[in-house]
Amino acid sequence: MMAQARSRNRRIGMQVAEHATGIIASLLFLAPIVWTVLSAFKPAQESRQPPLPPWPTTGFSVENYETLNTFGDGLWLPAQNSIYVSVMTVVLSVIVSVLAGYGFSRFRFPLKNLLFVLILSTIMIPFQSILTPIFLVLTKIGLHNTLTGLVCVYVTLQLPFSIFMMRNAFDAVPREIEEAARMDGANNVTMLLRVMLPLVWPGIVTIALFAFLGAWNEFLAALVLMTDQSKFTLPIMMTALQSGRFGAIDWGAVQAGVTVMMVPCLVLFLLLQRFYIRGLMAGAVK
Amino acid sequence: MTTIAATSAPARRRKLVGAGRRQWIGLLYVAPAVALVVVFFIIPLCMTAWMSLHNWPLMGAHSFIGLDNYWAILRDTRFWNALKFTGYYTVIVTIAIFVVAFPLALFIERPRPLTGFYRTSFFMPAVIGFASASLLWSWLLNVDSGLFSPAAFELGLTEKKVNLLATFQPAFWSIIAMVVWKVAGFTMIILMTGLQSIPPDLQEAAMIDGAGPLARFRAITLPLMRRTLALALILSVAGSVLAFDQFYIILRGGPRNQTLTAVYWIFNQSFVSFKLGYGAALSMVLLVILVALSLIQLRLLRQPEGVE
Repeated sequence: MMAQARSRNRRIGMQVAEHATGIIASLLFLAPIVWTVLSAFKPAQESRQPPLPPWPTTGFSVENYETLNTFGDGLWLPAQNSIYVSVMTVVLSVIVSVLAGYGFSRFRFPLKNLLFVLILSTIMIPFQSILTPIFLVLTKIGLHNTLTGLVCVYVTLQLPFSIFMMRNAFDAVPREIEEAARMDGANNVTMLLRVMLPLVWPGIVTIALFAFLGAWNEFLAALVLMTDQSKFTLPIMMTALQSGRFGAIDWGAVQAGVTVMMVPCLVLFLLLQRFYIRGLMAGAVK
Repeated sequence: MTTIAATSAPARRRKLVGAGRRQWIGLLYVAPAVALVVVFFIIPLCMTAWMSLHNWPLMGAHSFIGLDNYWAILRDTRFWNALKFTGYYTVIVTIAIFVVAFPLALFIERPRPLTGFYRTSFFMPAVIGFASASLLWSWLLNVDSGLFSPAAFELGLTEKKVNLLATFQPAFWSIIAMVVWKVAGFTMIILMTGLQSIPPDLQEAAMIDGAGPLARFRAITLPLMRRTLALALILSVAGSVLAFDQFYIILRGGPRNQTLTAVYWIFNQSFVSFKLGYGAALSMVLLVILVALSLIQLRLLRQPEGVE
């Protein structure tokens, strides 16, 4: 009896220790995010002081967001640029990789394996090393300093991962389903849109999520390729602000800007978590 | 195969002809992807190699100078210093990430209440961008309006507010802390997939045989997830070799240019000094290093799991 009770006590003790560790570690990881989001709601005066405690003590305020909006071209223009670039990257990379994934999965044509390996192998080469020529190519085709040019670059960077994902998704669809649809007279296009798409949509959500996060967060290419201030995306605009390009650095505005940059990523991740983890696993297992 | 053999000869021929024409359409489906990769990747890649053999200013004519850019790299001590620093950073940060991520992976791998919450919290910093994370930490690290130095001062740990970004050591370790915070959750998930692929009865069998947790970890866990470890390792190494955002945003390469990474130096040469040809030659060196790392990765990954 005694021994049994003692071992039960020990088990409970272990569990308490484990959860205490888990909660402390979770707080450490969440703290910087929470700290910023809360501090951004302090009045400007209070924002100049160290964030102790993190929450506003002299009243809740959106002054920092208003200040942020007075720098350069304001907050809305770079936010709009970021939204445009991210949404277009999602749309285009989904269209291009669904088509390519279907093509690579279901057809036999000359050079097929060579083209597939070619696309996949671009992942081995850092895009950081080919930025200068990309800049020159964009100038040549008239997309220099345009958001569309930036979208083209982002879509290309997404392709190895998303085509790989989509080919696997199409490979997993049984051939019988296709044959049955073909018997019913479906041509290639209706086959893809009506029969295949509903079956591969989890893969599409995964690549869309990765494309959005990739484009929303990308820094170096946007810094190099967007030289006109009206074309700045949020990370570039915020870095300009933080470097003191618009005068004295307003840390309250930086907190507000960082919040604007973080929140869409966090919300999308929390909503679509299982698709994100799926994508990571697919990448890790293969 | 068997279905084709079973159909009658004319039917088979019709099917093959139809199939043959249909198969070519595949090329149409992959064409947009191939076009994008050629225009925005293959051509720029070839241009990098071509430009590296030229003196190529932003404005004005460029001239062929053979391997002169590469000879210049040999004498460019600041590039070698940047490369040395990048290597140093890569080793330290990779070790730090694994030291944090491996226990986290072991912790969340076992199902228990709240595991989902823990996993999500650890992973949250991984989905925000490096630029957002760097901006966030540049505020936390600020000497006057930030968190760390004022908090240390208030708690009486330091006699005055210390500027963490003014000297190399505290600045460097601040970056390491930030990167570990941002990346550990990502590495944790990769490692978790490896842990989950280990058959649980293997662990149980070892436990019945009296193997302690440490012995089981060394004899079963580590060897059986070698491929996953290799993948996590190479992702971390490749990412760190290409580090730029955090050093540009938080430190601007300082203090005293001591934290210029390889990509940062290429960025400076190409887009601040506008020596495009020289920048291309530097890029080629970086590219060779990365491709070599990728080839090592492929070799490590090709060996089957668990076989020594």
